[in-house]
Amino acid sequence: MATVRRQIIINRTPDDVYAVLGDPATIADWFPGVVSATVDGNARVITTGSGLPMTEEIVTNDAIQRRFQYRLAPGFIRDHLGTIDVFDLGDGHSLVSYATDCEPAALALMIGGATGNALKEVKRQLEGQGPRAEKT
Amino acid sequence: MSRKILFVTTDQQRYDTLGCNGGELARTPVVDALAAQGIRYERAIPQSVVCMPSRSTMLTGQYPTTHGVWMNGVPLPIDAPSVAADLHRNGYRTALIGKAHFEPFMDAFGRFTENTLARSGEPTAQRPWADGSVGPHRGFDHLEFATHGAAGSLHYAQWIGTQHPEAVGMFYAPIDSSWNVSAIGGGDTNAPQVKANPIPRDWYHTDWVADRTIAWLDGLDADDDWFCWMSFPDPHHPWDPPESEMARVDWHDVPLPAGYPATAAERERILDNKPAHWRKWYDGELVSNYEAPKEWVPATLTADQVREVNARNAVECELIDEALGRVLRAIEAKGWTDDVDVIFTTDHGELQGDFGLLFKGPYHVDGLMRLPLIWRPAPSAGMKPAVVTTPVGLVELAPTFCAIAGIDAPEYLQASALPVDDKDALTRAKDHVLTEWDSELWGVAVHLRTITVDGWVCTAYRPGYVHDGTEGELYHLADDPLQQHNRWSDPTVAAVQSDLVARLHDLQPVAHDPRLDVEAPV
Repeated sequence: MATVRRQIIINRTPDDVYAVLGDPATIADWFPGVVSATVDGNARVITTGSGLPMTEEIVTNDAIQRRFQYRLAPGFIRDHLGTIDVFDLGDGHSLVSYATDCEPAALALMIGGATGNALKEVKRQLEGQGPRAEKT
Repeated sequence: MSRKILFVTTDQQRYDTLGCNGGELARTPVVDALAAQGIRYERAIPQSVVCMPSRSTMLTGQYPTTHGVWMNGVPLPIDAPSVAADLHRNGYRTALIGKAHFEPFMDAFGRFTENTLARSGEPTAQRPWADGSVGPHRGFDHLEFATHGAAGSLHYAQWIGTQHPEAVGMFYAPIDSSWNVSAIGGGDTNAPQVKANPIPRDWYHTDWVADRTIAWLDGLDADDDWFCWMSFPDPHHPWDPPESEMARVDWHDVPLPAGYPATAAERERILDNKPAHWRKWYDGELVSNYEAPKEWVPATLTADQVREVNARNAVECELIDEALGRVLRAIEAKGWTDDVDVIFTTDHGELQGDFGLLFKGPYHVDGLMRLPLIWRPAPSAGMKPAVVTTPVGLVELAPTFCAIAGIDAPEYLQASALPVDDKDALTRAKDHVLTEWDSELWGVAVHLRTITVDGWVCTAYRPGYVHDGTEGELYHLADDPLQQHNRWSDPTVAAVQSDLVARLHDLQPVAHDPRLDVEAPV
């Protein structure tokens, strides 16, 4: 299974960061190319900027370890696990890691390739630059 | 009124596919005539041998290290410099019609503007651009995109899908069920990325690019200054030209290229004299470029497959030449010919059987690095025809456009305009060209830095997956035109090697900071 990992340091406490990343309904506010999301229990359905709906299963939402994991439903993606971890660096700083494990490998890069920009957007918003103006 | 510019690019075309460069397979009378009237460059070299970095160099006038698109899948930043933007600001009407590829094609989230534009049907970006204005994307007033078939959402694919839906499935499917570049074979020889395509010729993307270019030109006023980048997706694989045209070249009659070693033993001997990733790719043990089919083993390539691929490639080159001829006739009909500069080139080459290999990758040899480049200056400029033997780079294109347009060269450019003859090159001390390769794909990293100067091609390897940083390649182009004898470790040229490596090190351009992420496979 192919792995893509992106990470970023955010000048906010891990609780502040996880308040965003651990709320599955907010993904459209910070993930580039996700234009809407609905959450029903452990199921989340996102719609991408290309009009593609994707069904996800939320498999972990642990506010104590600050770990959020989800799987894209099998289809043209044979296997997938997205993992977001928020680590406390002290002094009000957090390290956020966003890993994408996926098969086929090429899709790991297509999905995981967007996660770096997602983290940059979270950082931008949390460090006081407000919500983004557009969702594409 | 200034000179107008028709910038014609193809994709993955070798130097020796043009008649004016000695090619004997494809008939290219239109480009040959431009060469006879203008300037033909005998050693034009890309700064990267894959699409996105090389095309970004054409647009920005910067090396990949500097503009930041260090491998396919890294999008060119939206605020990157653009010579089209400078032309636009100086009153030029600007268009790019055909293959752009400054941003990835694979885009499940719809994040990249090229794809968004095409899906929306808009010819320009209806959102704030880098400078805050709304309208042009990367400085182009008008954009219509195509790539190597009917898949996806680019303008050509939408046109085929709506106007000729029965043709969508006629093309080769370039991506397999695992989302890898397909290794499936076809044609008469089961060669990879080959398919007999029953599509009518005038539905094929080559003619579509010419049609749309003519349509854009027809919408201009007679005294408009314009810059049109007409970008043909061919002869890049898949090799699936309209089957109706294949009678032009019978593959059975195609000679094997000089760079194709006749026996497996000879191929292996040559490859074993090069850094390890050459032989490992040949044996199917290592793939370092997404665009080389993962499931294809080059050692299985047969002589007949090389013949068939080269026949199909030649047909694609002929169709491009004829399409360009139509556009030039349209320009003539508008009365513009005397004031139009035509520049014809490509982004990188294709191995096409050299060393028993196809496609491209981290291999800095003539098949990938020696490109067609023709500049037919506007006849009204009164410039003399010439043949330039001095090495030149695609990084010199953007400053050339500025020089043609008579605008000051922007500070971001990292080169000066193309020399108009060898004396001009000598006067301006233009003597070397740099090329670079960086890739990191599933843990396999390859990093090359190359200088072409004084008749030598010297490539130094940086540490990577199978390289420890001591490897290299050194070829003397006159003595070894096929680059089959690596002299990197030859003690008789040790001084040459160390001098070239030192120059290579000293000449490295400033790096983009921060390094940009790979965001898609391609």
